[in-house]
Amino acid sequence: MPHIDLPEGFPGISAGFTFRPETAKPMRQLAHILLHEPNSLSPGERELIATYVSSRNNCHFCQSSHGAAAACHLGDATVVIKVKSDFLSAPISDKLKSLLVIAGKVQQDGKLVTSADVQAARSHGVTDLEIHDTVLIAAAFSMYNRYVDGLGTWQPDNPEMYAQMGRHLADEGYNEPSIKHPVEQPAPAA
Amino acid sequence: MPHIDLPPDLPGIRGAMAFRPETARPLNALVEILLTGPSTLSRGERELIATYVSSRNCTHYCHCIHGAIAAAHLGGDEGLVKQVKIDFTQAAISPKLKALLAIAGKVQQDGKLVTPDDVRTARELGATDLEIHDTVLIAAAFCMYNRYVDGLGTDQPDDEALYRERGRRVARDGYVTVSEEYLASHAHAAAH
Repeated sequence: MPHIDLPEGFPGISAGFTFRPETAKPMRQLAHILLHEPNSLSPGERELIATYVSSRNNCHFCQSSHGAAAACHLGDATVVIKVKSDFLSAPISDKLKSLLVIAGKVQQDGKLVTSADVQAARSHGVTDLEIHDTVLIAAAFSMYNRYVDGLGTWQPDNPEMYAQMGRHLADEGYNEPSIKHPVEQPAPAA
Repeated sequence: MPHIDLPPDLPGIRGAMAFRPETARPLNALVEILLTGPSTLSRGERELIATYVSSRNCTHYCHCIHGAIAAAHLGGDEGLVKQVKIDFTQAAISPKLKALLAIAGKVQQDGKLVTPDDVRTARELGATDLEIHDTVLIAAAFCMYNRYVDGLGTDQPDDEALYRERGRRVARDGYVTVSEEYLASHAHAAAH
């Protein structure tokens, strides 16, 4: 049950976005630039960072939708599960692992990132811009996750809905809503 | 010492924003709407929420600058800002703002900690749905800005006068206008 009168049938962040379009606009633009626009990190890699941070924040809606977007980009759903459970043993590059270490620290507290973390990432070929974007993706998902959870949004357990959202996010990005109409809610128990 | 090659003359979030103007634009647009846009919460009240969250995240640059902006909106009352950071329940602010700060403090830890009771208390003191929404989003957004500023290892000076002076300017001109100056000057510097 949401804490405020959010539009019915809109899951997760789409409820907050529909309730307050003024703030939705820059929040969408930020996600679009960070996750979808051209970058030396692939969209799949960036979605994995977003998924990992959302998973560490236990935000069901965000880790499911971004996990689905990552799976679409990578053509592989098992790597997403591996990254969430133990990214060090996941079949991803050492470079991405070093960025996930930084993202995991930012998720807790930005002050935990050390020069050694950054040096380790650099030794795997990471650029300043990639470090910047990793820090900002992790920071931004510390916002999106708290927004989704703090409003008590509806976060259904509906793999098919997340798969559809993931497809839309992977293809179109974030500037336009991936949920345009209310999603059917399960009938309340009699 | 910043972790990446940020412009040396711009402390805190400004260096990060100048490094990546593409993301600076939506970051500034969001803070402008939340803290200076039309709202039934005063600018001073909203800056106090931002200051409180930044203080709990121990992000020096953010709690100093937003504290200074809050003081500028509140007739220069730096003592009040300090009291909100130390223990807002004892501060000379409205019961409604205290209820909103309680919600913001929970969002700062984890959004899932906000309870129906917290929200009911705020409502009984006159908080509207939009005010609760904006409180949650201000707290969430400052969990982002704080991590961005700390995670890049930005320069966060100790000089109180610097924050006081800049706080007055941001309170007067708003975030987007003030950001245009340093974003433009750095685009100019980069072109030469």
